[in-house]
Amino acid sequence: MTDKMPEIRNYVFNFGPQHPAAHGVLRLILEVDGETVVRADPHVGLLHRATEKLAESKPFNHTIGYMDRLDYVSMMCNEHSYVLAIEKLVGIKPPVRAQYIRVMFDEITRILNHLLWLGGHSLDIGAMGMFLYCFREREDLLDCYEAVSGSRMHATYYRPGGVYRDLPATMPKYKPSPWHNEKQVKRWNENREGSLLDFIEDFTQRFPKYVDEYETLLTDNRIWKQRTVGIGVLSPERALALGCTGPVLRGSGVAWDLRKKQPYEVYDQLSFDIPVGKTGDCYDRYLVRMEEFRQSNNIIRQCVDWLRKNPGPVMIDDNKIVPPKRTDMKVSMEALIHHFKLMTEGYCLPEGEAYAAIEHPKGEFGVYLVSDGANKPYRLKVRAAGFPHLAALDELVRGHMIADVVAVIGSMDYVFGEIDR
Amino acid sequence: MAELQYLQEQTFKNFSNWITHSEIANGELTLEVDRHYLRDICFMLRDKPKYAFQILVDVCGIDYLQYGRAEWQTESTTGTGFGRGVKADFSEVEVKWAKPRFAVVYHLLSLENNHRLRLRAFVDEEQPSIDSVVDIWPAANWFEREAFDLFGIIFKGHPDLRRLLTDYGFIGHPFRKDFPLIGNIEVRYDAKLKRVVYEPVNSIVPRILEPKVIRHDHRYEGEQKRD
Repeated sequence: MTDKMPEIRNYVFNFGPQHPAAHGVLRLILEVDGETVVRADPHVGLLHRATEKLAESKPFNHTIGYMDRLDYVSMMCNEHSYVLAIEKLVGIKPPVRAQYIRVMFDEITRILNHLLWLGGHSLDIGAMGMFLYCFREREDLLDCYEAVSGSRMHATYYRPGGVYRDLPATMPKYKPSPWHNEKQVKRWNENREGSLLDFIEDFTQRFPKYVDEYETLLTDNRIWKQRTVGIGVLSPERALALGCTGPVLRGSGVAWDLRKKQPYEVYDQLSFDIPVGKTGDCYDRYLVRMEEFRQSNNIIRQCVDWLRKNPGPVMIDDNKIVPPKRTDMKVSMEALIHHFKLMTEGYCLPEGEAYAAIEHPKGEFGVYLVSDGANKPYRLKVRAAGFPHLAALDELVRGHMIADVVAVIGSMDYVFGEIDR
Repeated sequence: MAELQYLQEQTFKNFSNWITHSEIANGELTLEVDRHYLRDICFMLRDKPKYAFQILVDVCGIDYLQYGRAEWQTESTTGTGFGRGVKADFSEVEVKWAKPRFAVVYHLLSLENNHRLRLRAFVDEEQPSIDSVVDIWPAANWFEREAFDLFGIIFKGHPDLRRLLTDYGFIGHPFRKDFPLIGNIEVRYDAKLKRVVYEPVNSIVPRILEPKVIRHDHRYEGEQKRD
């Protein structure tokens, strides 16, 4: 009995689902040998809301709002993919102005997403201050969301055939209150005197300096590099095999971007670059996203210029798909009937199927829509960008320390709204 | 467009015996393949340079049980409207779906040739099962687990076919069309027992707020082959 060796076993424990670094509701079962991870088994589905099944019981337009709630940090991009799938099946194209507005808000959304990613990721691995700076900028962009759609997060702004309404000519302003005197409020309102486009332009002028500031704090930071360089290395071959897309694939050195390779809307008329990484570690994925900030900012600026010069309709003029104007309904019987039918029943799509993918901030976000000719989707499949990325987690963290799991989770930018759907 | 037609011709040349149907619609090429030869086709699609589909974008299941069935018939004039808050009743509606009930759909993407392809393989209703493609594209791992979880399709050869999205101990496959939208089981905290209890759903009733209707819109006629 005494000469028996002590039995040594790997230790298995839960990481999450209520862990601040688990980015929501990830239950990760980690098997460790000392401090080294031997196996990571993500248990997902704690946020599963069966969006796809719910969509089957609703007319097409009702589901746009559900799309916002999938990846709840890049709301309008999710809508975009869904709306494109419907437009593909019906065979309509929105007016050019609507396409520019969509592109502009897609890029605003990309910055929103990357800001939250940067704040969360750096908070996870020890840079507390970043979170506050990122949220400072997010505030301005969420104000743009609010100005255009009335909602700061879940916009439901894109519609089949265009966008819900044109860009507003005024920005909402702060009002003096017992807590904030007039002088202070006046300073806050300085860039809100003009239209939404003026406000966005002002933001695009300020933003590159902010990105420089972030980079000053992180890019050459010794601690930041120790935590991210050489961690979670993903080779280009494995990245492709595992179905990775977006910044994760580009971080591994594959220059693949749907905005360039399979352009949708007006991306083929805008100039921007695709940043790629070299080694595919956490640090490269960080660098890729930092450069995407600048590129997105650049695209927004081009859109603002175009939108200023080219007023026009933002919705197609087809009342079989798009509800008529309120003013028309007061005088036109036809418009009233169209409105009634669209509100009570929606519109029917032709029988068939379509897959529409966009370059979402996290990768390829696709919507596969099967229609049997009814006013509801027969089957809706959301191809979430983060889903294969999370499946790749096990491979990425094997052999790393427990603390590196946090760095890898952060650098892959998981959001459970879209993974669990 | 020409590229897609070329791709269609090539696939037809290479796998003519294994493809049951092939069509280009909405600018996308769809191949319906015999599930017994799925793996052979997938290997070729991945490895032959003219296809080079390195990325498996998506795998999903489809249940065609209620395909083409409306909740409210609008073809002929009726004296009745649609009563809200009723259960769906499909008893009187004829079925026009002649193919098997379940299908697995694969979306492929080739970076080199910059094209996409959709494969659809039908599986039996009694024992829905199909070969796994995990060893061809590792990305299929979780997609197949999801399809198994939600539709109950068995992927033969999958290394770890567990449920993915539903609760631990969940019974049934929720995305099948005969699974009720409100579910079968609900969970609540019981203050007396001081624990969470599982019980049959009784807090909500199924309702149909907008009936599903199928209208044959003349604008879409002859557009099925649109590209």
